[in-house]
Amino acid sequence: MRVKLAEIAFARSGDKGDTANIGLIAFRPSVYPILVQEVTEERVKLHFEGICNGEVERFELPNLHALNFLLHNSLGGGGTVSLMLDAQGKTFATALLRMEIDVPEDLLETPSLEPSPE
Amino acid sequence: MIPRDPPTRDENAENAGDAPPPQTDLWRPGPSEGGGSFQPDSGTGAAVLDPPDESLTPEEKPEGATAGTDGDRVIRIGSGQGFWGDWQEAPKLQVRRGAIDYLMLDYLAEITMSIMQKQKERDPEAGYAKDFVALMAELAEDLVEKEVRVVSNAGGVNPLGCRTALGHALAAKILPRRPRVAVVQGDDLMASLDELIAAGHELRHMDTGEPLATVRDRVASANAYLGAEPIVTALEQGADIVITGRSTDTALTYGPLMHEFAWSGEDWDLLAKGVVAGHINECGCQASGGNSLVDWRQIDLAVPGYPIIEAKGDGSFIVTKHPDLGGRVTWATVTEQLVYEMGDPTDYITPDVIADFSQIRLQDLGEDRVRVTGATGRRRTDRLKVSIAYHDGYKAVGSLTYAWPDAYAKAERADEILRARLDYLGLAFDEIRTEFIGAGACHGPLAGPPLDDLPEVTLRMGVRGQDRGAVTRFTRELAPLILAGPPTVTGFAGGRPRVQDVVAYWPALIDRDVVEREVRVETIDL
Repeated sequence: MRVKLAEIAFARSGDKGDTANIGLIAFRPSVYPILVQEVTEERVKLHFEGICNGEVERFELPNLHALNFLLHNSLGGGGTVSLMLDAQGKTFATALLRMEIDVPEDLLETPSLEPSPE
Repeated sequence: MIPRDPPTRDENAENAGDAPPPQTDLWRPGPSEGGGSFQPDSGTGAAVLDPPDESLTPEEKPEGATAGTDGDRVIRIGSGQGFWGDWQEAPKLQVRRGAIDYLMLDYLAEITMSIMQKQKERDPEAGYAKDFVALMAELAEDLVEKEVRVVSNAGGVNPLGCRTALGHALAAKILPRRPRVAVVQGDDLMASLDELIAAGHELRHMDTGEPLATVRDRVASANAYLGAEPIVTALEQGADIVITGRSTDTALTYGPLMHEFAWSGEDWDLLAKGVVAGHINECGCQASGGNSLVDWRQIDLAVPGYPIIEAKGDGSFIVTKHPDLGGRVTWATVTEQLVYEMGDPTDYITPDVIADFSQIRLQDLGEDRVRVTGATGRRRTDRLKVSIAYHDGYKAVGSLTYAWPDAYAKAERADEILRARLDYLGLAFDEIRTEFIGAGACHGPLAGPPLDDLPEVTLRMGVRGQDRGAVTRFTRELAPLILAGPPTVTGFAGGRPRVQDVVAYWPALIDRDVVEREVRVETIDL
């Protein structure tokens, strides 16, 4: 089954100079391994084709069931140099949530949003 | 409230009328600089570990900041500003609508220093966050009465000027006790830049490797990021209000924790936990429901409570907010803030410690309380980051809005015409960028092809270049499109776009010792 990341995860993005960061957080811990498997550096780079002009780095935060992505050379120079409307990459988070990935058929049958287990 | 009355305070309460002479202490680096061990003190190691998960019990409702045995003692640090221009009511609500021990006010972003530097060039008394002075004047009585201490980087590029203005603002106030104000100086490297370069500090750009000499004549500001130790010194001197320049945002939160719990400057795990607390606090409402993607429709943000860190001496803490205000604190809002502006989570470098965020554990206790444990730390680096800003030309951005039908096609045509005219005029720029607001300006190609019946589309064009004249001429080429361009256009009410200075960012590193021997903490009663 194919779903948009927005259905199984949420995200927040920001900037460091010309690099955008996107933290992608699974709604449920059980979804996290799927994110690790599907949302790779290569796929994210491809997803942001024409937006991200540098490399994509990924870091894992299993306790928070979150992945952190760095999209280098993506903000038109960053800071006050940039002419972009979104020079701080604030909207990159939901741009990533547009990505579609394959998930098991029964994934969406369980309750959708529960607090993280201790 | 925590009873915390350094002896000097009482003395001064009695002599409120005549302020003692300034007390200037050279801030001395921590014990690690003395050639001792860089390893965490093994004697205290066991005490600072997080309790195992099984021992975690849901906390009771906050008792306020209540003194108890030291292990139970809780210090509450409220976040009041996440940037220069944040909501002015937030700090007042933090102080007046519940118990906090410290009010943390973060005003500085990477680019803020250069804006303040520009203000200081025009007026030698300016160069700090003026909002802060007005805020302190309004809150002074509450702060003194409730014994809430303030830690802020509002000093910008002129912390002394900030204190002078604060002195004027407070002079006419009748207060139970004169507030003691500390100023941290020594982060500003602008005056010693040539000396530093001559002494072999090349201040190479952290990404490109180029030496600063390349752009030296265009440097607008240069500030080293200072850590928490001068803040701790200021608090030890009894300061009610600590004004810093370019301190790190996180130090404004963990400095008070180091002071209150007597954390060693070499207990890397404890410091790292403090850094996490600071990271959660430093963006104001972003940790308590603001900008939260989860449940954003349900979160009441009209009068939100900003986050409060309730910390214990073992470095564990709970993120919460005042209960009768809006906003929300859940595992989701805290996680979103944790990943905000994150690089490598195992390598979060600060002046005081390298923190590892990868082992953080959250426990959502319900009722806007989230427990945070598990961060670890490593020995700090021998160098400090320097935030340098330099002039890099000019830019201007303008916009026009086109209405249905064919709004997108009209905006595209206007873009073609405008570019052709810039060409016709022989104007050259380093960059020309066009975006179509309403038709994919944020998500670009990911938004799919623009619909052909959009109600309106805003053409947004920007140019950037070294020739101010060319950029100025560009600002005069937008208005003519209203009569000499595609039809059904509006949105030029704001007039010509403004020509802006481009101030570029130059991150560099410098030997810690070079900066730290110049750091000074000066404390006086206002």
